[in-house]
Amino acid sequence: MTQSFRLESGGLINRDKKISFKFNGKNYFGYEGDTLASALIANGVHLIGRSFKYHRPRGFFGAGVDEPYAIVQLYRNGETEPNIKATEQELFEGLEAKSVNCWPSVNFDVGAINNFLKIFLPAGFYYKTFMWPKSFWYKIYEPFIRKAAGLGTASIKHDKERYEHKYEYCDLLITGSGPSGLASAYSAAKNGAKVILAEDKSRFGGTLLTSDVNIGNQSGKEWADSIVSELKEMSNVTIKNRSQVFGYYDHNMLVMSERISDHLPKTKKYHPKQRLWYIRAKEVLISSGSIERPIVFGNNDTPGVMLSSAAKEYMKVYGVLVGKKPLVFTNNDSGYETAIEFKKNGVDPIILDTRKEPQSEIIEEAKNMNINIRNSYVVVAAQGYKKVKSADIAKISDDKEEIGSVENIKCDCICVSGFWTPTIHLASQSGNKTKFNEEIDAFVPGVSKQNEKTLGAANGIYTLEETLKDSFEKGNQISKEITNNDNKVSFPNVVEKKSTIHDKFWCVPLPKGKNYKRFLDFQNDVAVSDIEIALKEGYRSIEHVKRYTTLGMATDQGKTSNLNGLQLVSKIENKVVPAVGHTTFRPPYSPVSIGAIVGREVGKHSKPTRKSPMHSWHEKNNAVFVDAGVWLRPRYYKRGDENLFEASKREAKNVRTNVGVCDVTTLGKIDIKGPDAAELLNRVYTNAWLKLPVGKARYGVMLREDGIVMDDGTTTRISENHYHMTTTTAQAANVLSHLEYYLQLVWPELNVNVVSTTEQWAGAAIAGPKSREVLKKLFPNSDVTNEGLPFMGYMEGDLFGVKAKIFRISFSGELAYEVNVESDYGYFMWEKIIEVGEEFGIQPYGTEALSTLRIEMGHVAGSELDGRTIPYDNSLEGLLSKKKDFIGKRSLSRKAFAAEDRQKIVGVVPLDKKTSIPEGSHLVKDSNAPLPNPKLGYISASCWSVEHDNPFSLAILKDGKNMIGEKLFVMSPLKNKVIPVEIVSSHYVDPKGERVRS
Amino acid sequence: MLHIKCPHCGIRSQNEFSYGGDATIKRPELGKEISDQDWDNFVYNRKSLRGKHWELWQHLSGCRQWIKVQRDTATHEIFKTLKANEEIS
Repeated sequence: MTQSFRLESGGLINRDKKISFKFNGKNYFGYEGDTLASALIANGVHLIGRSFKYHRPRGFFGAGVDEPYAIVQLYRNGETEPNIKATEQELFEGLEAKSVNCWPSVNFDVGAINNFLKIFLPAGFYYKTFMWPKSFWYKIYEPFIRKAAGLGTASIKHDKERYEHKYEYCDLLITGSGPSGLASAYSAAKNGAKVILAEDKSRFGGTLLTSDVNIGNQSGKEWADSIVSELKEMSNVTIKNRSQVFGYYDHNMLVMSERISDHLPKTKKYHPKQRLWYIRAKEVLISSGSIERPIVFGNNDTPGVMLSSAAKEYMKVYGVLVGKKPLVFTNNDSGYETAIEFKKNGVDPIILDTRKEPQSEIIEEAKNMNINIRNSYVVVAAQGYKKVKSADIAKISDDKEEIGSVENIKCDCICVSGFWTPTIHLASQSGNKTKFNEEIDAFVPGVSKQNEKTLGAANGIYTLEETLKDSFEKGNQISKEITNNDNKVSFPNVVEKKSTIHDKFWCVPLPKGKNYKRFLDFQNDVAVSDIEIALKEGYRSIEHVKRYTTLGMATDQGKTSNLNGLQLVSKIENKVVPAVGHTTFRPPYSPVSIGAIVGREVGKHSKPTRKSPMHSWHEKNNAVFVDAGVWLRPRYYKRGDENLFEASKREAKNVRTNVGVCDVTTLGKIDIKGPDAAELLNRVYTNAWLKLPVGKARYGVMLREDGIVMDDGTTTRISENHYHMTTTTAQAANVLSHLEYYLQLVWPELNVNVVSTTEQWAGAAIAGPKSREVLKKLFPNSDVTNEGLPFMGYMEGDLFGVKAKIFRISFSGELAYEVNVESDYGYFMWEKIIEVGEEFGIQPYGTEALSTLRIEMGHVAGSELDGRTIPYDNSLEGLLSKKKDFIGKRSLSRKAFAAEDRQKIVGVVPLDKKTSIPEGSHLVKDSNAPLPNPKLGYISASCWSVEHDNPFSLAILKDGKNMIGEKLFVMSPLKNKVIPVEIVSSHYVDPKGERVRS
Repeated sequence: MLHIKCPHCGIRSQNEFSYGGDATIKRPELGKEISDQDWDNFVYNRKSLRGKHWELWQHLSGCRQWIKVQRDTATHEIFKTLKANEEIS
């Protein structure tokens, strides 16, 4: 295929390197340096999609980030990505893209029927119509709308690409490498400031690439190239292309997405696809330039209607003609520059200027080139469906209210220029209160709130000389204050053509009897008539008008539509634009891929994985692991074909009959030292701690100030002023913060130090009737008899030469011990326990058996201490001291907490002694009661009792104290189960607690 | 992301800290009689101020010290930070 719209020469593309690509299944080629948009236009393809609401044909409107139309689905290296702007996507070999928002094809779109129904699809149509009947929304309306709308399809596959995050600090962050960005970066860099210069596009230079100017006897582009290459050589400068600073956050934190591999056929090995930079900048210079704004006229969304600056960029950067019979419709001198460029390339444009008798150097040049110029002329409407074929034009009266007789002229594109809108998004995001600049008819940054300044076109400055002067100076000034260097840069001689003022004309009136759609928001299909309806219906605030009509709410964030929308509202409301105000700009400035935001924190990398020192032993012995917070713990040790249920039953039974060993390293451990340690414990725990003797452990419960149980565990008095506290695995970090809070802020007079020692100790729980036999073998030199080491006793021992802490504490309800050694000896300890325990039938047990053992004992854990229960609910009221005050005590006298029929922990057994009870099920009195069936309680934990060989659950039940013996129903709507049950005591095994003391 | 000056460590990013609520709340003395209303005010009732606010942060991934931070809740501007034992003036 020939590129019929490619110029013979010119542009910044590499004509030596052809690149083939596919669009909607058809093969094309372009050149290295093309965007998908420029390559398609070169091939004469102007129909790229369908519009969001009416499914009208869509072409190209811009040449960069402001593009509202040309959004495609991209296919790259076996992956697909939606919401890609063809104007930003660089061409690579084998690129494949498809149109979105059209079905069955872009040429024949069934949804285009909406276009003929448009009278029925005014502003707020969705709100008004799809509200009734309510039940229709999920079943009919939503699926239909979802199918008809949408900007592509997200991949449901795992993204194999790598995305990275980077944190950076700098003196100056400069956003945009146009004249102001380059000049300020250069002078700041010369002062030795640490500078980051970010350019969204692949090429540095911004408007210097397309404007006909001369700086220091070089063309704009040559000057930009020389500055860029000098900056690249400087060690204090980071200069990045394909990098969009999209968000300005608090305390001068900005976020930038760097597209490292998107322009390549596939990501290079060891390279990320994209990198997200979190940049903390001392000062920010916003040099984001400005975006040309359209003039509103009939059918102004027809493919072939585009921004005049884009047409110029396609010619100058890509060597591509957007049309061969161009019409330039302008209210300022920028349109002339585009027309001149057309003329230079041998194409005859016609200029329609809304102004009556404008005079300037640029206009003079156009006249000298014999370009056909019609003053006081407007485009009334574009004609043509899938591409502009002609334009209805007319003379407009001096007051711009009346249009004369309409004539039709042939053209294949209409290049529009309605003057320029400064890109103030970042300044606005930073909290800068923007102000309206009457001269340019647009908002510019006002008073800075953070350390930010806006330069050049983004600040409404439209002459190169002034821009450069101001930017050199600001760059120097700001960096001088940071580095104390003052290396003045000599200001180059600037030659540019002078322009004259623009005409504040933005919307062509409709001719009599015609009802052309005049679009404001091209991506969301919002027309002048929609805004009119919204205002007629009483919407006044611009924020409401925006939401009701969706003006400016598309993924382009209204870059080309906001200002014209404001103009319209202010005109109808008879207000001035600044009184209407603009809507809030929020990050991201331009869409950012979810992958970049997530970065490396995917799957297993989303949080750290903690492993005990015995982990590799567990692995070698067929442990199946489970995530316990950030820890990996053995859930069970698989033998042969066992499943979870069989293995955990075997392990638990072995603890009840012989002896088992469980890795309890994950328990939180806090070392507490100081003369006031006992006093701290006495205030933090609900029970009494002042009289705990050295060498003894005690179980304690701690509350939050609101009376809710926070955590439980044992604390042991190692020596006079030294305690070893254990917490649950889940609450370890919170308990430490809790203690630090009280010690640092509430009771700083207490002389106590706390520090986490969770990682420093490896722990093994040895439990079962034969556990003492194992202990005797482990510590032959210690007296571990019931007298020597009684229940809740503590001693230090010598484990084959390793110093060990031995606690006689039990979670399983059996005779049990916990042995701690320094982490590095954990593996050694574990092997020794298995070795000496062999003759007693020792087996390792995992968390599943651990749960079974504690559930049938009625010991509470995280599923009961769930942040909603008080001590009474867990039958822990016996641990509440009456004599002393403690954290949370006062809350327990609140009325609801002291209620007679307060919920309490109970045991639950199915009547058939067979059916397992799903955790989370509800307890009800009558399984057939009408919904909502009153809920009496809930199942907190379930197991298969190895002692009784039937299912057993714990539940928190209303008035649980008086419910023992009652018959109720367990209902699980999720599992569709109704199970008749009996309420029993929560202590299902050894209710008197004799075994632990045996 | 906020930039918070820890009085012990210097300026650090917000993700090293955890938030701890109103710094002006005083815990009632242990063992002292207190009315339901006063206790509720201590446990539950907080003003949701717009503007300057003294609040607690803990430098969790740093020195683990609780600090007092004066921040504007509307603009996030931080005016002052104090050590736990320094009085708010």
